[in-house]
Amino acid sequence: MDVTTILILLLVGAIATYFSGDKLASKVALVFSLGAFGLSLSLLSTYCNGGNISFIANWIDIPKVALAFKADGLAMAMVLLTTALTPLIIFSSFGNSFNNSKNFYALVMFMSFAMTGTFLAADGLLYYVFWELALIPIYFIALIWGNGDAEKRKKAVLKFFIYTLGGSLFMLIAFAYLYSKADSFLLEDLYKLDLTASEQCWVFFAFFLAYAIKIPIIPFHTWQAKVYQKAPTVGTMLLSGIMLKMGLYSVIRWQLPIAPDAAKTYMPVLIGLSIAGVIYGSIVALRQKDLKKLLAYSSLAHVGLIAAGCYTLTLDGLSGAVLQMIAHGFVIVGLFFAAEIIFRRYETRKIDEMGGIRTQTPKFTSMFMILVLASVALPGTFNFVGEFTVLYSLSQVNVWFAILGGTTIILGAYYMLKMFQNSMLGETNAKVFAEVTSNEAITFVVIIAFLLFFGLYPKPIVDLITPSLNEILSNINS
Amino acid sequence: MNTLIAISGLGVFCLIAEIFNLRKLLVPVAALGLLAILGLTISEFETPASFYNNMIVVNKFSVAFSSLFIILTIFLVALSGDFYKDHPTKISDFISIKIFLLAGSVAMVSFGNLSMFFLGIEVLSISLYILAASRRLDIKSNEAGMKYFLMGSFASGIILFGICLVYGATGYFDMAEIHDLSQGLGMPVWFPIGVALIVIGMLFKIAAAPFHFWAPDVYEGSPSMTTATMSTLAKVVAMATLYKLLNDLMPTLSPKVEILIVIISILSMTVGNIMALRQKNVKRMLAFSGISHAGFMVMALLSLSTAATTLLYYTAAYALAGIASFAVIIFITKDKDNEDISNFNGLGKTNPLLAAILTASLLSMAGIPIFSGFFAKFMLFANTIKAGHLIVVIAAVINSIISVGYYFKLILAMYTKEATSEKPAVPFVYTAVAVLAILLNIVIGIWPSLVTNLLS
Repeated sequence: MDVTTILILLLVGAIATYFSGDKLASKVALVFSLGAFGLSLSLLSTYCNGGNISFIANWIDIPKVALAFKADGLAMAMVLLTTALTPLIIFSSFGNSFNNSKNFYALVMFMSFAMTGTFLAADGLLYYVFWELALIPIYFIALIWGNGDAEKRKKAVLKFFIYTLGGSLFMLIAFAYLYSKADSFLLEDLYKLDLTASEQCWVFFAFFLAYAIKIPIIPFHTWQAKVYQKAPTVGTMLLSGIMLKMGLYSVIRWQLPIAPDAAKTYMPVLIGLSIAGVIYGSIVALRQKDLKKLLAYSSLAHVGLIAAGCYTLTLDGLSGAVLQMIAHGFVIVGLFFAAEIIFRRYETRKIDEMGGIRTQTPKFTSMFMILVLASVALPGTFNFVGEFTVLYSLSQVNVWFAILGGTTIILGAYYMLKMFQNSMLGETNAKVFAEVTSNEAITFVVIIAFLLFFGLYPKPIVDLITPSLNEILSNINS
Repeated sequence: MNTLIAISGLGVFCLIAEIFNLRKLLVPVAALGLLAILGLTISEFETPASFYNNMIVVNKFSVAFSSLFIILTIFLVALSGDFYKDHPTKISDFISIKIFLLAGSVAMVSFGNLSMFFLGIEVLSISLYILAASRRLDIKSNEAGMKYFLMGSFASGIILFGICLVYGATGYFDMAEIHDLSQGLGMPVWFPIGVALIVIGMLFKIAAAPFHFWAPDVYEGSPSMTTATMSTLAKVVAMATLYKLLNDLMPTLSPKVEILIVIISILSMTVGNIMALRQKNVKRMLAFSGISHAGFMVMALLSLSTAATTLLYYTAAYALAGIASFAVIIFITKDKDNEDISNFNGLGKTNPLLAAILTASLLSMAGIPIFSGFFAKFMLFANTIKAGHLIVVIAAVINSIISVGYYFKLILAMYTKEATSEKPAVPFVYTAVAVLAILLNIVIGIWPSLVTNLLS
């Protein structure tokens, strides 16, 4: 058994969801996504016992493209993140009703398929195909099921599409160029390539354009907040929880090892840009009145810190970044879900119009509180582990980077707690706020349990990713 | 050779069918006949041969492209049945003209002699002139036919002039002889001039900038069925022929010629895309998108050694997406007085299947993976970079991004606007053609080797 089974299961799930009809669609999608999660867990155990779960076969003869899926610890960690979040996201949407829900859930499943493929692909062109495929479903999810004014939404979503497509097309040029040098798209062959400094520089920046837009790193972030705000919550969760991680993962997997010298040369610039994103995102988040937009900018800040960790080119930086990717994936899904729960009851995302929810719903308040604290990296949560490892690695490079990057925690605590205060505490709101339903509670409990468990015991994940990160680092430094 | 005879025979049969009043059966019979001819053509794939003193040369290249043309014609003939149902007395004319057009196309990729080439291009063009003006009571169709005829005959004249100069320089019409002579030194200066004139004539036929001015008006004015033929079949034929001519007459391009190709390619892409952004009429928009695709196809000539495969793949991807989109467009705009994008409002709700097909074919044209348009573009980029022309590739990428702007205008109209009118049920043939074409497109997108291994 190899990793292609996960992909096949997800694709079959997407098709089955489409044909199951509007009533059953959400349940069928949930069953298949849980199946994929179970399958990835069992494959993980095979992998940990030394079994081979990678897959390689010939796909296209000219140009030579292989159907190569490489499952090392890093890829498996990201696959698990995807397959664990997908059922959670689908389950969290059970309280909503969508028009044409069979199309909606089929697109969600298809997107999960494409993202899993992106994480696993070990052949440049195959990877690119999955990378682009992931864009189509989210475009339609945000466009058709999004909220707010249709004209504005269309503009925001089209901007998002053109931005990301534009960035990735430059990556495609880089791949075409690398192919003309290596006569192969295989990851190992691309790692082995001996490029001159100027070639590396061009390839590096072609990749950078694609990833900086996807992650997003300043100044390529302008699409983000509007799309997060306009997309339906499921779409926002998919985008912020998993899709951004595609960009970060690709930095580690593709950009750094293929053009290591360029990465070393431009390290201060890259870290600087990433940290600028941290500070900018935090400051803008301070002024947001819309809950989803605030979370979008907080996401920008956190992701900036992860990117900074990746570009330190140290083991601590990389592993902290991967840990934080996973932690951020869970916490941001939880936070957007909290926003959605408030929206289901109050039909508003404006923080001013909330307030006083705590007295009516102690359970929801406490769960929301834990997520807020996790997002500001309180010790004991998984986010603390990731964020502090990254900050430590930044301090190894230059202590000022660590100090500036640390503002994410200080400012983060300020705007997140202020948001919490304004929305949950304060004057009792006249409107009735029903306590969370058991379905909603399950989602929260799973997320919180995950964050707390790995916050106290991150060793399994660290052990899983460290060997592959070491391998990548040896490729960077050789 | 058998292909050409069989196609001409089928064309004549279609004309005679009218006398015996077989009109109702005509479309299925013609489609089946074409399928049989497709089988016959494919059977010749492994056996290269030449006929009548090299007038016709059958080789892998000609068979592969002929098969593509026949497949496209089958789709076009299948659509004609419903499209011309208001003119039952003329249907056999329309179908036989389409089949003669196919005969011209096949001649254009399997000629071994410049006179045969000219015959082919005239058969193709005259058929198109007639089809463009076929709605004789419609002033727009008349305009389109007239414009196309004037410009087309002018281009034919230029091609003929070029052929004369080549003949004067070499003393041969035979391609093999000219090819051998052109390798040697000391060719008179009018030989390259002659080749240039032929190439200009062909660039006119594929509507590459700056020879594109006829395209938007003719595409808009012609009946939609004719527009579909022009933008898929005719464009693909002209491109394949241009490659074949250049490959035989000038197998090694000098740097100066390469610069010219680069300029034409970039100009076509950019002009086509920027003008397409401003269009409201779908047929006009696709005309400009076709001009930009012509730029992409011309780009393939920069790496002449691999161009045959790239072009076969690119043209197949482009034409199949074109057929699928036109099947939908013809149906939607059939009873409308214009072809504006607003006609597509709300199609995602009223007819999800057709909307999905149109979306898929537009995504293929924009070059999004899984659809063959992506791999076509990629192969083109990879080969062009290998040939050392990074600048064109960067221009092409920027143009691909621009093209998303107008392709998505149509997609947005289908999925975000409210429908204005209820649509009647879709005749089966439109759905069948659209689904088949887009499925073929996806199949060669997932397994590109099916096509790319043919010519290598």
